[in-house]
Amino acid sequence: MHNNYVFIRIPSLSVNESFTRAAVAAFCSSLNPTVNEITEIKTAVSEAVTNAVVHAYEDKIGEIEIQCRIKGRVVEIIVEDFGCGIEDVEKAREPLFTTKPELERSGMGFSVMESFMDEVIVLSEKNVGTKVILRKKISEKKQKSLNEEIDESSEEE
Amino acid sequence: MNINFVETGQVLTIKLKGELDHHSAEAARVLVDEKIKNEKYSKLVIDLKGLDFIDSSGIGFVIGRYKVIRKRKGVIEIVNAGKKVRKILDMSGIGKIINIK
Repeated sequence: MHNNYVFIRIPSLSVNESFTRAAVAAFCSSLNPTVNEITEIKTAVSEAVTNAVVHAYEDKIGEIEIQCRIKGRVVEIIVEDFGCGIEDVEKAREPLFTTKPELERSGMGFSVMESFMDEVIVLSEKNVGTKVILRKKISEKKQKSLNEEIDESSEEE
Repeated sequence: MNINFVETGQVLTIKLKGELDHHSAEAARVLVDEKIKNEKYSKLVIDLKGLDFIDSSGIGFVIGRYKVIRKRKGVIEIVNAGKKVRKILDMSGIGKIINIK
C-alpha cells in the first residue's frame, strides 16, 4: 500500500494552532486510533506548533510547515520552522525550562510531547530553523467503536 | 473559547468552554485579569466543565492567575476537570499549589 501523507504550510499566527492540531488528528483517523491516542497526538502537535509560533520568529510572522505521514501503523509528524533556531536544544527540552516566563510559558511543551509520543527528535540550527519530529505507533486493537469509547470516557469523567 | 463569569460574594467563578491553548489563553488572560483587578474577590474558582482541550499554554494561564491571586493572599481552585484535561493537570504537578476538585 502506498504511504499516505499531507503537508500543511501556515503563517506563524497563533489562530492556526487549533486548526493544525485538528487537521493532523483528522488525517490520523484512517488508522482508527482510540480517543486517547487522538488526544495525545493533538496535544503534542499543539505544543510543537505553539513553540514555533512563540519562539521561531520573535515579533515577526514567518512560516511553519507541518508534514504528517502514515507508515504502517506509525504516524510521523514533522513541525518545521525557518526561524531563529534553538541555542541549546538539550536545555530547551528540560522540564520547566522557558526563555519566556513573562509570557506565562510553563516550560512544559517538550515534556508533554515526550510523554504523549513514542519518539521526539529535535533538530535545530541557529538562524536556519527548527525541526521537531514526532512519532507514535497507533495500537491495533480490539474492535471497539468510537462511540463506545466516547461513552466510556464520559462515564469516567 | 468562551468565558462566563459568575459572582457569589467574594468568590468569582470563571467557566471556561472550548479549547484553552496559547491563542485562546492570551485573550482569556486579558478578560480574566480585567475582572479580578477588583480586589473584593478573595477566591477564584476555575470551572473546566466545558473545556475540551488544554495544553501546556493552558497550564501557563492557570499558573499566571494563581500568581495574581496569591499576591493578595487570595485562593484559587480548579473544579470539574474532565478526564482528558485532568491528565495534563496531573502531568504538570499543578495540584501541588492549586486545589483541584
